[in-house]
Amino acid sequence: MYVAVKGGERAIDNAHAWLAEERRGDRAVAELSPEQIREQLGLAVNRVMAEGSLFDPDLAALAIKQARGDLIEAVFLIRAYRTTLPRFGATDPVDTGAMACDRRISATFKDAPGGQVLGPTFDYTHRLLDFKLAAEGEVPEAPMAEPRREATPHITDFLNNEDIIEREPVSDATPGDLTRVPMAFPAGRDIRLQSLARGDEGFLLGMAYSTQRGYARNHAFVGELRIGRVPVEMEIPELGFAIEIGEIELTECETVNQFKGSKTEPPQFTRGYGLVFGQSERKAIAVALVDRALRWEELGEDNQGAPAQDAEFVLSHADNIQATGFLEHIKLPHYVDFQSELELVRKLRAEAGASATLADREAAE
Amino acid sequence: MTQPSSITTFDRKAWMSLIAGAPAQDVLALWDACAPHPGFDWLRRPETGAVMVRGRMGGTGAPFNLGEMTVTRCSLTIADGVVGHGYVQGRSKPHAEAAAMIDALMQTGEAETVTKAILEPLQKARQASRDQRAAKAAATKVEFFTLVRGEDA
Repeated sequence: MYVAVKGGERAIDNAHAWLAEERRGDRAVAELSPEQIREQLGLAVNRVMAEGSLFDPDLAALAIKQARGDLIEAVFLIRAYRTTLPRFGATDPVDTGAMACDRRISATFKDAPGGQVLGPTFDYTHRLLDFKLAAEGEVPEAPMAEPRREATPHITDFLNNEDIIEREPVSDATPGDLTRVPMAFPAGRDIRLQSLARGDEGFLLGMAYSTQRGYARNHAFVGELRIGRVPVEMEIPELGFAIEIGEIELTECETVNQFKGSKTEPPQFTRGYGLVFGQSERKAIAVALVDRALRWEELGEDNQGAPAQDAEFVLSHADNIQATGFLEHIKLPHYVDFQSELELVRKLRAEAGASATLADREAAE
Repeated sequence: MTQPSSITTFDRKAWMSLIAGAPAQDVLALWDACAPHPGFDWLRRPETGAVMVRGRMGGTGAPFNLGEMTVTRCSLTIADGVVGHGYVQGRSKPHAEAAAMIDALMQTGEAETVTKAILEPLQKARQASRDQRAAKAAATKVEFFTLVRGEDA
């Protein structure tokens, strides 16, 4: 049976007109500008840039406005937009050691060179609603102190000097790109880190939390968490040298994890790594924990069958645009599919009814 | 007493980098106020695209692709065949055009004028903005002090 799906145009147009009106809300309340969203809802903007996998705060703010604050819908808009952009090339890897740090903390070394710099953090706030924010008022300028001029060294450098933490193999190999070649398994760490960087924060938070609760426990310390701006350099083919094409804000988390050693490696600390666009520290920590859990095989650890150790499970379900696309498509017309199911169930019931009637008759005889 | 005015010298990488990362409205305001606006021919009209930003595993290891950023670029030529390239962060085509014009003029006798009118103010603004963030960060640095225990006192 064929079900024609036509005649919805007017309803759809009207639905979208109403959507626009609802998006605007009460006209007695001033309209939000993308600039206000960019400046005052910066962490939402950061999340949309990270999961949209495109660093452009103006676009992310516009997407949040268009999506009425639905951040996954905003990420969807950014992902759709980025597919329209020609790719000019790839940058040189950013040097996070040269980051101008707004925030830099270590849970492992109290007196790390460069110090514990808290930055604009929610930590140590009382999580009490601040009703003053509901009233208009000027914010006083934050206090200042003598700025640090030199770069802040990575904490893992100190452990490296003692040779007590695994070394990151240095290479300039061209990394795989899951936006160009569909993900395949087993996935290398380059692909895993790319996938985690654009993965859903909530999903990764849950995965990371599961490792802390004992599913592939690997006891992570936050060796270092840093947030700040790094210059982005790219080779310009017309020039034959690299220039800074701009500056981006990043959050980097390095975890230091216990490791008993293996047949080839002495006992030492191992590392998990998370790098995310914007100020997104919950996500950067989560990425580092999940990255470390996914490294079980290369470190010669046991597969405990934990979800966070299963790269195929984690990476296939971390992308909220893939997930929402498949999840939400089931609300769209499935009239034909359902019609066939309906007919099947009717037929089975008719058959069951017929055999029951037959059985009754036989029992009666 | 007048100080002899010193001029910061920029090499091509430095001036292109400065213009690329500066806020579009700042570059355009300074460019509009700067006197010489010679005619030019496009070699490549402004186009917005993306570049893939890379990071390194553990900060120092093998590269991986982190995500993209928007970039706008163009190329043009002014009199005597001097070629200017503009590569700027974001999606502003006027910003890219101004960047390419500045790049071209910096290769001509106008270099000193452009340096004074555009590059130096941008450099100063960038430094001020960086210093201010660094100063606010420095004010949030924890100064640990240890409480002396009774029996050790």
